[in-house]
Amino acid sequence: MSMQVILAQALLGLNVGVFYAMLSLGLAVIFGLLNIINFAHGAMYMLGAFVALIGYSLLDDWFGISLQIGFWASLIVAPLFVGILGMIIERTMLKRLYELDHIYGLLLTFGITLILQGLFSNYFNISGTPYPGQPESLSGVVNLSFMYFPTYRLFAIVFSIVVCFATWFVIEHTRLGSRLRAGVENPTLTQAFGLNVPLMITLTFGFGCALAGLAGVLAAPIYSVSPLMGADLIIVVFAVVVIGGMGSIMGAILTGLALGLVEGITKVVYPPAASTVIFFLMVLVLLFRPAGLFGKER
Amino acid sequence: MVNRVLWVIMLVVGLTAPFYAYPVFVMDLLCFALFACAFNLLLGYVGLLSFGHAAFFGGAAYIAGYVIKAWGFPPLLGIAAGALFAMVLGAVFGFLAIRRQGIYFAMITLALAQIIYFMILQLPFTGGENGLQGIPRGKLLGFIDLNQPLAMYYFVFAVFLFGFCVIYRTINSPFGEVLQAIRENESRALSLGYDVDKFKLQAFVISATLAGLAGATKAVVFQFAALTTAHWQTSGEVILMTLVGGLGTVFGPVIGAITVGSLSHELSAFGSWVQVILGAIFVVCVLVFRRGIIGELHRFFGGR
Repeated sequence: MSMQVILAQALLGLNVGVFYAMLSLGLAVIFGLLNIINFAHGAMYMLGAFVALIGYSLLDDWFGISLQIGFWASLIVAPLFVGILGMIIERTMLKRLYELDHIYGLLLTFGITLILQGLFSNYFNISGTPYPGQPESLSGVVNLSFMYFPTYRLFAIVFSIVVCFATWFVIEHTRLGSRLRAGVENPTLTQAFGLNVPLMITLTFGFGCALAGLAGVLAAPIYSVSPLMGADLIIVVFAVVVIGGMGSIMGAILTGLALGLVEGITKVVYPPAASTVIFFLMVLVLLFRPAGLFGKER
Repeated sequence: MVNRVLWVIMLVVGLTAPFYAYPVFVMDLLCFALFACAFNLLLGYVGLLSFGHAAFFGGAAYIAGYVIKAWGFPPLLGIAAGALFAMVLGAVFGFLAIRRQGIYFAMITLALAQIIYFMILQLPFTGGENGLQGIPRGKLLGFIDLNQPLAMYYFVFAVFLFGFCVIYRTINSPFGEVLQAIRENESRALSLGYDVDKFKLQAFVISATLAGLAGATKAVVFQFAALTTAHWQTSGEVILMTLVGGLGTVFGPVIGAITVGSLSHELSAFGSWVQVILGAIFVVCVLVFRRGIIGELHRFFGGR
């Protein structure tokens, strides 16, 4: 097997990896402050893609608004929409569960996932609808010397990595981030210092969801947009999170990228295992480092 | 008191159901009821949320179906083989998953179950997306023809009762008391000298085995092992059943399975709206109805 094929698959794998990274980053940020796992994260990703699709081609048909939201605008509109929905969910529902066992948060967001998935399954084909709005400037391929790579995919990789590292920078190295970390460390004390912790929680949840929505928009031109696109992804992302441990933001990003690479390479080396390799790695990590690669033992 | 009444109702309804309800439907409910009871043993009595129970339910269905169809096993032995498979799988899953707690436990079991799902999808003997079809019902103990609806029904009811009694006995034993102690306060149980991990693993294996028993029986009833039985949505469904009926109550999962099963059946004409409605019930249960039907009954009449 030539090195070229492996490199090519690795790059395609990295393309998947950036989605893992963005989603697990969002999960980690939410988990840090709210102590819940957002099962609806996959549904938010799906929703982001659908906002882009509907904004591009269905506004006129459905709502009689003769407006077309292009790809670039979707990169702003969709995360905003998904983030606001997330904040509404947090304010109206999740908020009531903070006193209870954390599994109730998981169950609630699971219910929300079913609702969103079911709603979109009514109006869209499960096998997927292609997103027609990929901008002209990103079509075609780039010559990377060892292979020709689709320009859009390269853009998606670079853009997502920038977003991930920007998020990391804000959380680890700015005033806003230090407040957030204080809230994670000790909410009561942070509140006593006059910071509005409940508001922080709401915004954080919204931000995590918005990240998932953004990933969905980026995924739309690559994969076809389908009501189930988030469901299968989120389970892999759970495994990513278990492997990385949710202790660190950087850990979530790096684990996501690395596992995308591993999955891509597995696709050439032994294709039948491509869909399960991450789960098997999770088993190995559980055996030898139960707290996760970047996690702290509690 | 409430439990005694419910025992009587369950036995009477169970014995007479095929005379006024469609037997295959009732058998389906019974399989799901046993599945939910097995699940409840973990979540309701040990406080462990397994999001991967479909792997035991579906995996056992395929194993039972395969050994009956391809190797000519009699039904009872086939079902036992399915349950045995679930038991071994449960030991492996449990061993891995109890290394982490709470929310991680749920994510790990979900991810592990996904391995089984993909294996079923890809292995040559399972029929892929079509499922394993044409499983013969065969003769029970060599002389009772299970193709007769009533014989099949009472066999399934017997299997259900067996599983239910195992769970009932487990809960009301010193072993069950320790499980509940772990649910209430794990560190305390540990400090009292109980090997918490061992108890968790044992409970997990019992739960997995009985979930497998239910799945294997379902495969014989429908003569078909479907891919959907191993899908994560089935894991979600069994959680919903337990939640609706009443977490940590003996009869809750049975009532929950009947409620959710009947509802899905009645609404099946509405396509994807079923999912929306089930999701909405999930949300409502979590937000305002956490005790479930039986839980509310117990609160009203006292006792548990």
